[in-house]
Amino acid sequence: MSELNELYQETILEHNKNPRNFRDIEDADNTADGKNPLCGDALRVYVKMDGDRVADVAFKGSGCAISKASASMMTQTVRGKTKEEAEELFDEFHKMVTGGLDVETEENHLGKLKIFSGVLEFPARVKCASLSWHTLNAALRGEEEVSTE
Amino acid sequence: MTAVKTMSNWDVEKIRKDFPVLSREVNGKPLVYLDNAASSQVSQAVIDRTAKYVAEEHSNIHRGVHYLSQHATTAYEAAREKVKRFINAPDVNCCIFVRGCTEGVNLVAHSYGKGFISEGDEIIISQMEHHSNIIPWQVVAGDRGAKIRVIPMNERGELIIDEYENLLNERTKIVAVSHVSNSLGTVNPIKEMIATAHKFGVPVCVDAAQSVPHFPVDVQDLDADFFIFSGHKMFAPTGSGIVYGKREWLDKMPPYQTGGSQIRTVSFEKTTYAPLPAKFEAGTPAIAAGIGLGASIDYLNSIGFEAAAAYEHELLEYATQRLSDIPEVRLIGTAAEKASVLSFEIQGIHPHDIGTILDQQGIAIRAGHHCAQPVMNFFDVPATARASFAFYNTREEVDKLADAVQKVIEVFA
Repeated sequence: MSELNELYQETILEHNKNPRNFRDIEDADNTADGKNPLCGDALRVYVKMDGDRVADVAFKGSGCAISKASASMMTQTVRGKTKEEAEELFDEFHKMVTGGLDVETEENHLGKLKIFSGVLEFPARVKCASLSWHTLNAALRGEEEVSTE
Repeated sequence: MTAVKTMSNWDVEKIRKDFPVLSREVNGKPLVYLDNAASSQVSQAVIDRTAKYVAEEHSNIHRGVHYLSQHATTAYEAAREKVKRFINAPDVNCCIFVRGCTEGVNLVAHSYGKGFISEGDEIIISQMEHHSNIIPWQVVAGDRGAKIRVIPMNERGELIIDEYENLLNERTKIVAVSHVSNSLGTVNPIKEMIATAHKFGVPVCVDAAQSVPHFPVDVQDLDADFFIFSGHKMFAPTGSGIVYGKREWLDKMPPYQTGGSQIRTVSFEKTTYAPLPAKFEAGTPAIAAGIGLGASIDYLNSIGFEAAAAYEHELLEYATQRLSDIPEVRLIGTAAEKASVLSFEIQGIHPHDIGTILDQQGIAIRAGHHCAQPVMNFFDVPATARASFAFYNTREEVDKLADAVQKVIEVFA
């Protein structure tokens, strides 16, 4: 079952059990809702800015282990980054899970997020992994809603 | 827990040899196909008949004067006759070919709606309907200025019949209800519900997508006004479906799709429509799929459909018992009368994750809202995992399912 281990690694399972920044931000500058209508994942991402920098980012909602773990690690990675850096991370993450970026050989800033490269073997789960990133992107752009349809 | 009695005398291994896909592997494991409610598998006999039609017999039907056209017409109409007998319809011309149950519901909703529903009228549907038996009625209600009323269900996933009777009134124009719920497996008391509606002079449209594959049906005994189902859920290829309707309605209903084949005369001043069934069969039909549907009926008759249904039901009972024995599992849909479907959730684990882990073991289930978001909302779940059985599944497959569910719980512990 090695393919399965690639997807449901310890880290991902741990983040699913204890998602980081799983809370709201009362004085958030932007919030956005993301839905994965095919399977029922629904997240809300809150963003608080300090000038051009993401001072705080958090999420709430319900969803599968992949979407929750991805959201959790997203909040860890994005906090403290500039808006531009966050958008670049979104772009790289999205490319990684859709096969447009080989994280081992091509330059990227994904760091720990590389563990989601396993999702490539599970095309039905790509939208789960990328939901929180799409939602973050929407929040940073001041859009309120996003769907993976 | 009482032991399930031993399986009826059903040679499932012999039957499985009739279905080539069942001997394949998926992700390096033997396929365990438990997604029959989404679509069913096709026997070699049906594959052969359909392929033979396409290879040797095909031509457009109904008005050709050459041999192949007449031959294809005969084969197609023979399939229609098989459908008539399979559901015990009184009149073969009241069995209309469509391309699936969803198209069938759209046909009845829009055509009956145009003919019979006006402002202030009411349409009754139920809380457990598949989206295909909700949205066409919503659209028609919006177009005609009518109102949708919903029969509620209880915690077991059974319709509350007293509430249903309260909903019927002189403004009700139709009741649209599923025979068997695709998300809960509930078998609704359709015969009684139809009798009740008829006391008010209200016709009933039955979504039979999930009943026809799982037990014998008799539309005259039910006294159904409309009875709709898909071929691909009853072991035929995709592309075919049937709308049965009582002649008293179909004759008075305006056509749904229009075009070639469904006309009598055409001029730019006036067009007249053909009689049944042609009135509702515009354009070239899915001929091969229709012939496949007929072949599937032949196959089911050859293996003994009643015995198949009895075996499948025992399998559902066994699966229900095995999953009930796992403490972390909650069954969704525990009606007293059920068919084929076993929806469940595992505490703290999303159905999508269950589905992926099972998939890696070759087990195909469905995870999601099953086109029944109102049902998900009622049970306060985002989605469920759903295993659905057919007469070619085995006791060993049920054991694999239960073991895999156990494995999922371990992975997430």
